[in-house]
Amino acid sequence: MNAETDLWTVLVILGLTVITVLTRSLFFLSSRPWQLPGWMQRGLQYAPIAALAAVIVPELVMTQGEFIHSWQDARLFAALAGTAWFLTHKTQRQAVLGTIVVGMLVYLPLHLLLGW
Amino acid sequence: MFFKPSLFRHPEFRVGVMDALGAAPGLAAWALMTGVAMVNSGLSTFESLLMGLIVFAGSSQLAAIPLIAAGAPAWVVLATGWCVNLRFVVFSAHMRPYLMHLPLRERLLTGYLLTDLSYVQFTRRYPQHGNSPEQLQAQQAYLAGNCGLSWASWESFTVLGIVLAGLIPASWGLGFAGILALLGVLLSLASSPLRWVSAGVAGAAAVAAFALPFKLNILVAIAAAVAMSLMLEAAHRAKNTRVESAP
Repeated sequence: MNAETDLWTVLVILGLTVITVLTRSLFFLSSRPWQLPGWMQRGLQYAPIAALAAVIVPELVMTQGEFIHSWQDARLFAALAGTAWFLTHKTQRQAVLGTIVVGMLVYLPLHLLLGW
Repeated sequence: MFFKPSLFRHPEFRVGVMDALGAAPGLAAWALMTGVAMVNSGLSTFESLLMGLIVFAGSSQLAAIPLIAAGAPAWVVLATGWCVNLRFVVFSAHMRPYLMHLPLRERLLTGYLLTDLSYVQFTRRYPQHGNSPEQLQAQQAYLAGNCGLSWASWESFTVLGIVLAGLIPASWGLGFAGILALLGVLLSLASSPLRWVSAGVAGAAAVAAFALPFKLNILVAIAAAVAMSLMLEAAHRAKNTRVESAP
C-alpha cells in the first residue's frame, strides 16, 4: 500500500491534467469569431442526455464487457427503484437525491446479502 | 470566475449549488471509490492525492490507473485519457457561446471545472445562451455555484477514499451511487419524446459498440443519438409543413 512515488508517474499525472483542461475547453480556446452550423446547434440539445445514457446503460447491463446473463442483478433493481422514485417525485426539488438514496437502499441489501 | 463576490451574491449561485447538491451524494460515493482504487492499484499516497486533486476526471482516472500500474508507455496513458474525455470536446462546442465573453484564463478554468453533471444541469437550466450582460452574469453565477460545489465534494471525498482505502472494499459497490446520480439527472432531462429517443439510441449504441478501445463507444453513441434525433425532428417538421400547406 505504501508504494513509492516516482517521477514518471507524476509526469503522467500532470499530462492527464493538461488533457482534462484541453478536452473540456477545446472549442473555446480560440477567440476568433466562429459559429456552429445551425443543424449542429439543434443537434446539441440531444447530446447531454445521450452522453449520460451512453455512460449509464453499459454500467447497468454489462459485466466485464459482456451483456449480463441473469436478471438476478442488484443494479437492475436499484435502477428500476430509483427511476420509479424519480418519476413519482419529479416535481420535488431533490428528486435526484431521492433517486440515489432509494436506489442504494435497494442495491446494498441485494448486493451484500444475496450477492447479486 | 469563482473569485468574484458578485457571483456569490447572485441568486443563481444558490440555484447552482442546490442542483449540484441533489447529485452530490452519488458523486461523493464515486469520488470515494476512485480514491480507494488509486491507492489499491499501487499508486503512492502522494501520487493518489496529486491525481485526485489535479486531474479531476473520474472516468479518465479510472482508465489510467490500471495502465500506470502495468507500466504502460506514457503516450498510451495520455492517449487513453484523451479519448475517454472526447465527449467533453462535444460539450465544449456547446458551451462556446455561453463563455466567449470571458477572458481566456477564465474560460480555461471554467472548462477545467465543468464535469458531465455540471454541463448537463447547466444546459438544462439555460437552453439558450445569454444575450445581455445580466443574463450572462446569471449563467456565470449558476456555473460558479454548481461547479464549485461539485469540485469541493469530489475533492474532499477523493481524499477521504485515499485515507480510508484499507477499510472500504471495492466489492461493496459504493461507486454505484455515482451511476444512480447520473441516472437521476438523465431522468430530469427527459422532457420530450425525442430526448427519450436520444437516450434510448445512445444507450443501445454504447452497449453495441462497447468493444471499441478507449471508451470510444460513448462518442459513437452520442453521434448516433444526435443524428437519429435530428432525422426524426426533420421528418416531423416535414410532416407538419405538409399538413399546414394542405388545402
